[in-house]
Amino acid sequence: MSFELFLFYVFAAITVFGAACVITVRNPVHAAMFLVLTFFSTACIWMLLEAEFLAITLVLVYVGAVMVLFLFVVMMLDVNVEPLREGFVKYLPWGAAVGLLMFIEMAFLITERYFRSENYPIPAASAADYSNTQELGRLLYDKFLFQFEVAAVILLVAIVAAIALTMRRRPETKYQKPHQQVDVKKSDRLRIVQMPTEKR
Amino acid sequence: MDNLAIATPEIFMLVATCVVLVVSLFINENNRTIIYWSSQATLLVTLLLAFSQIGDEAMTAFEGAYGLDAMSTVLKSWILIVSIGGFLYSRDYINERKIARGEYYVLGLFGITGMMIMVSAINMLTLYLGLELLALSLYAMVALYRDNSDASEAAMKYFVLGALASGMLLYGMSMIYGATGSLGLSSIHDILAGKTDQSVGARFGLTFVIVGIAFKLGAVPFHMWVPDVYDGAPTCVTLFIGTAPKIAAFAMIIRLLVDGLETLSVDWQRMLAILAALSMVVGNLLAIAQTNLKRMLAYSTISHVGFLLLGIIAANPEGYSASMFYAITYAFTTLAAFGVLLALSRGGYEAVHLSDLAGLAKRNMLLASVMMIAMISLAGVPPMVGFYAKLVVLKAAVGADFLWLAIVGVAMSVVGAFYYLRIIKLMFFDEPIVPVSAAASPDVSAGLAINGAAVVLLGVFPGLIMTACVAAFS
Repeated sequence: MSFELFLFYVFAAITVFGAACVITVRNPVHAAMFLVLTFFSTACIWMLLEAEFLAITLVLVYVGAVMVLFLFVVMMLDVNVEPLREGFVKYLPWGAAVGLLMFIEMAFLITERYFRSENYPIPAASAADYSNTQELGRLLYDKFLFQFEVAAVILLVAIVAAIALTMRRRPETKYQKPHQQVDVKKSDRLRIVQMPTEKR
Repeated sequence: MDNLAIATPEIFMLVATCVVLVVSLFINENNRTIIYWSSQATLLVTLLLAFSQIGDEAMTAFEGAYGLDAMSTVLKSWILIVSIGGFLYSRDYINERKIARGEYYVLGLFGITGMMIMVSAINMLTLYLGLELLALSLYAMVALYRDNSDASEAAMKYFVLGALASGMLLYGMSMIYGATGSLGLSSIHDILAGKTDQSVGARFGLTFVIVGIAFKLGAVPFHMWVPDVYDGAPTCVTLFIGTAPKIAAFAMIIRLLVDGLETLSVDWQRMLAILAALSMVVGNLLAIAQTNLKRMLAYSTISHVGFLLLGIIAANPEGYSASMFYAITYAFTTLAAFGVLLALSRGGYEAVHLSDLAGLAKRNMLLASVMMIAMISLAGVPPMVGFYAKLVVLKAAVGADFLWLAIVGVAMSVVGAFYYLRIIKLMFFDEPIVPVSAAASPDVSAGLAINGAAVVLLGVFPGLIMTACVAAFS
């Protein structure tokens, strides 16, 4: 067993363990943390596949940004987990049946002649100076430039639409007015009253 | 990265749209008409740029993502002309209802950019992205009238079904990609032409692509969203959905089925024939039962989609150019009909019921005449343009040995004439229920008059458009 294969098994085991914990732990914050672990070990497996750009992007975007958002949502919304777990026994037969069906389908697919593993030999390692970041960049910004730009415009439309549909000016909302806060004088806020002292 | 200059209309349109977007953020409520005028100026300049390309030789740019040919320039020009009319008719309606005004024009401009990208797409990925740009803008435009629960419901339905249709289309495209290993439509065509029998994957993909197209067009049995969305959306958005996107949808069909999958024409001819026959029957029969004008026009759209497909089913250049003529003329005839509805929906009053049109001739002769011309044209009575459009698609269907389909078409257009003529009877022979006179702004009246005149004029001289349509497929 080569060292690479050993590493793969280690990362794969951690991934499966993390994924299993995501759906079994009771605390939603812990579940989110296990999802981070799953993402991270998946990124390590991608690194073994020489997809270093995708691996780093997975860590930066999913672990760094999306999961932080997830954690915020989990912490902000006080989700009561117990009702979500109700009816576990009731739904178990259905879940098990669907799971079994998916397993059988996958088994068929893997043993089918087009998808057997001997049809997919391990690809030869790329040369040391090969950079798939560069190759991806070349595809995105040269061959698929037009599509890339259109996709960017679609995102812009999504932002415009989301803001147009949800932003409302509410008259009762209280805003801070920084210039007034800075301009404020002592006399505006503080009233000094002279009071006669209490006689004993 | 050569030939970038051929994409000038899209590039200008996008840059100008972004400028309008930024300007609309900083402008105060009282100067909102600046956004309207700058949107119209954007469309006008883009129209000039697109128009100046008519007659240029076919070229591709962006590594085979974008193509300029005779069909794309003509269709783009018409999309822009129809959109200019649409914005003109919508202006007073949205000003009065205080629908988010800047966003309406900005999203509209983005949608029009999407249509132009669809028309010029010679690659499945570009086509899909153009379609999504259009669809996303339309979903948001339907939902823009936030205080109206019908509009929100319509937007939800439109969004869910539209997303489903996009999924179908994308799934079909991925199958075709799997079968041919190419995204470029012309290379898909060449690869499939080289194969003799192994195109099962491509046929499988074709089925999903057709389902996706039928959903987007609103052909029976994938039409359920059309009446609800037409009815629920604010009338100005219904106008936008019902006009220019039909031209873009026609271009999408031609790009996918003809440019890409013409070798499978025997397969798609049969599928489209069923869709066309069902659309013509269901659309026309259900339209009779409607008392709501917008729903009636929605079912009328469904039936016209059936006619539009007739020419494509013929699977020859005459048929394609007949369908192209049909799509263009249908778009600006419907534009006139919705323009009248928008002009009538003023002063806190919404013209949605058949009875709202009663005695319109006594209230405003111009609006009644334009509506009459549009209805006669949609019914397919000479000398209006709708007659010639129906004639050429029926001729193409007969020429391609689809006689039964042509007979269904003729029979159904006789049935359809009932509900179009009922509107004319209501307008000219009934007493007005709302006695106030209906007035439209001078520029809207002028626009409607030109629009109505064009419907008549092009009916008498169809060659004005038909020559360009024939040239597009020669």
